Amino acid sequence: MSTSSEIYSLRVNGTDQHVKDAWIGESLLYVLRERLGFMGSKGACEQGECGSCTVLINNDAVCSCLVMAASAIDTDIITVEGLAPSESPNDIQQAFVAEGAVQCGFCTPGLIVAVHHLLETNSSPSEIEVKEALSGNICRCTGYGRIFSAVQLVISQREKSIS
Amino acid sequence: MSTRTTSKQREVLGVSALRPDGLAKTQGTFSFSSDYTADNMLWGATLRSPHPYARIISIDISEAIKIDGVETVLLASDVPGKLTYGLIASDQPVFASEFVRYMGEPIAAVAADHPETCRRALDAIVVHYEVLKPLTSIEDALNPNTPSIHPDGNVFRHQHILHGDANATGDIVVEGEYEIGMQDQAFLGLEAALAYPDSDGSGIELVVATQWLHEDQKQIADCLAMPKEKVRLQLGGVGGAFGAREDISLQVHTCLLALRTGRPVKMQYTREESFFGHVHRHPGVISLKHHVTNEGRIVKIEGTMKLDGGAYASTSSAVLINGVTHIQGPYKCPNAVFDGYAVRTNNPPCGAMRGFGVVQACFAHEGQMDKIAKAVGKSPVEVRLLNAMEKGDTLITGQPVESVAPVARCIRETDALPLPEPLSLSAGTMELPGGSGRTSELHNIKRGIGWGVSIKNLMYSEGFDDSAEARCTLGDGVATLKFATAEVGQGFVVLAQQIARTVLGVDVVVLDRIDTNIGSAGSTSASRQTWMSGGAVDGACRLVRERLFEHVAHMHGLDPLQLIIEDTDIVDTMGPLRISVSEASKGVKITQTFLHQHRKTEELDENGQGNCHVAFAFVAHRAVVDVDVELGLVKVVQIATAQDVGRSLNPLALLGQIEGGIAQGLGLAVMEEIIMQNGIVKNPSFTDYLLPTALDAPDVLFIPIEEPDPQAPLGAKGVGEPPCISVTPAIVAAIRDATGIDLKRTPVRPQDICL
Repeated sequence: MSTSSEIYSLRVNGTDQHVKDAWIGESLLYVLRERLGFMGSKGACEQGECGSCTVLINNDAVCSCLVMAASAIDTDIITVEGLAPSESPNDIQQAFVAEGAVQCGFCTPGLIVAVHHLLETNSSPSEIEVKEALSGNICRCTGYGRIFSAVQLVISQREKSIS
Repeated sequence: MSTRTTSKQREVLGVSALRPDGLAKTQGTFSFSSDYTADNMLWGATLRSPHPYARIISIDISEAIKIDGVETVLLASDVPGKLTYGLIASDQPVFASEFVRYMGEPIAAVAADHPETCRRALDAIVVHYEVLKPLTSIEDALNPNTPSIHPDGNVFRHQHILHGDANATGDIVVEGEYEIGMQDQAFLGLEAALAYPDSDGSGIELVVATQWLHEDQKQIADCLAMPKEKVRLQLGGVGGAFGAREDISLQVHTCLLALRTGRPVKMQYTREESFFGHVHRHPGVISLKHHVTNEGRIVKIEGTMKLDGGAYASTSSAVLINGVTHIQGPYKCPNAVFDGYAVRTNNPPCGAMRGFGVVQACFAHEGQMDKIAKAVGKSPVEVRLLNAMEKGDTLITGQPVESVAPVARCIRETDALPLPEPLSLSAGTMELPGGSGRTSELHNIKRGIGWGVSIKNLMYSEGFDDSAEARCTLGDGVATLKFATAEVGQGFVVLAQQIARTVLGVDVVVLDRIDTNIGSAGSTSASRQTWMSGGAVDGACRLVRERLFEHVAHMHGLDPLQLIIEDTDIVDTMGPLRISVSEASKGVKITQTFLHQHRKTEELDENGQGNCHVAFAFVAHRAVVDVDVELGLVKVVQIATAQDVGRSLNPLALLGQIEGGIAQGLGLAVMEEIIMQNGIVKNPSFTDYLLPTALDAPDVLFIPIEEPDPQAPLGAKGVGEPPCISVTPAIVAAIRDATGIDLKRTPVRPQDICL
């Protein structure tokens, strides 16, 4: 594979990561997974339809399969690994497990990022707003019911902790 | 002596225990097969046919092999062992060499340093074809004058069924023809595997997402010309399966590339390739004629089922048998004359998908039940209750339904669930058919209600011994379980822990790696693992418990028969002894292996008679839909369902199966179809193959019907398939109810409603 000899850097989860000898055509998803080892972002459609590869770029939820990695320099990239330390999962992650929102789990990291993004931008979404916000993340196992329950649990827990 | 201190509910059977892999899956640290990587690893990729049917004139790999970074290019001539594979009949070439028989058939595989290098290498391979006219219709395949497209012929199987009096007639005859489109399993975790060759090339290790490790092992070993024990498989994390991982896809190719290069090789399909790389649900046409009494009782059914199996056999013959033996539905039917055919065409191969032949049968028999109801002036519920099968009734194969059969109860309890509120005049656009398209107008929306009820066999049929093995080791209060059961998302890993906690009184249950270092568990399919692998784990734990009781009895001078487990303690029922299991098992190591087999089944005779199935489960669905009759758009508002589950072992996991299955059945009803034109797949992507999203998910009301099955090791029936079977005809019936249109096919497309 003829590759570029240039090095570029990506800021992932707050840390600068150097990408060496990469082919310039690589997607952000590929670089995150295969070059930087962030395996939490999953690839399932390569065309932005399924949301499994969702990451935050400058706080926007983005399908990393649709972003050229080299175009993401000078941005803040947050992957599922960057949402919470592995020893203390966040409330969304715990709610997904408690409410049975995880089956095969392939869509789950993308959904966790999508739910995090939703609740950062709208702390008390309506049922239909939740559905709309998650409609870009396909889950083939659960039929979504337990995912809605998990999101509602997080919303009610956060409301309780505020009051 | 007791060390009972836990106040928290123990995660035993019957409790909504949480899955052990859940948290890792939310954090992105769970390893799916595509997440494995190795030092010095190469990437593999597959060259596939662009034609549905062609003769291969020549293949030139000389330019491809020259590309910097390409390590090898393999063709059929490089396969050291058997040149074909297949689950039931070995008729599919590892690589096509003379003919390609479907669009997407593998011709060559490359290994290179980067996926992009692989892509360029595939581009550089030059194949000359003589393009042939594809055989794409079932009727043409059944025509004896059509030339065979494969040495094994164009008909995979024909099964005739003759039951009771062939000349019986009813007061009324109700006829219908039904068509089912080709559905894709569309699991999220694409096919992926990583093969590690042994340093001397004499063996190989394969990490792969599959439904059945030992079947893969057998087929791979044959193609590699290696003894089975030299092909060691480990289950990579599986991102869903739904039947699509029962057949070989990239397993043999990955191993061949790794053995040829002497380096680890990873293969991973793209979504487009996945549509070509695995089998689909059989499309088909079913004609049914019901003879009924004036009252609406079924007297006889007649008809045909014709399934398109595509280019290679896969499980077509078994899918057909499931279809024809369930064509009466969960209803009494004393007489039947029926013929089923599964044929070979140049369409993509079809095989297992959740529901396995019964989905097709159910769409037809439920359409008929509504026609019967109409003909005799009864409601859909009344006519189904009138005919509902009971324990002791027989299938049209002559097989009695010997165990629990709560069909009427499923219908009644579903019927008792509340209907949704009428569509509000102030409903927002997102609640209307078409959703964010914001196209529907309230006055064009009509609501409909429809019913579907089904029967589904559990486990494998026709004399197949799909046994399951499991091993349990107990020491120092910890149970360790070993099995080869493919965890594909369904949650066997949590169920296995619940079984061990219940039987052994331990709280810590460690799950060993899922691989081929133990006997087969059979496939994770046919709603069978709770019964089969659950039975094996239960059996192994019980054997361990016996040894533990013997050990404790020996220490305390007691008869082991007077000991029982109570929570986490061993208790003497005849005396004061109470000792915790962790204390009793301190310093000991007890290991037991158990093989669970279901009762024997029979092959069908020439009239389709025989006890070919092991057990059955039943379910009822009621669907409520809103239809924009102008635009042909449908919104599924609510699904109510009561399902015969035997015993609910984990209510949360059970609900997940119900809701997930319903979404897949909804997909087949109104969204999902692989569109074929003359053998060409037109929509192999998630942009064009539409899957239910969060906005498409209906409200689900669910009642488990718990009548423990005495034949099931845990009293529980498999629950995976029934949710997706009768929900499809229920939704289509609701659309018929809303529109008054006699819809004959599924999925229902906008043009079927509004044009």
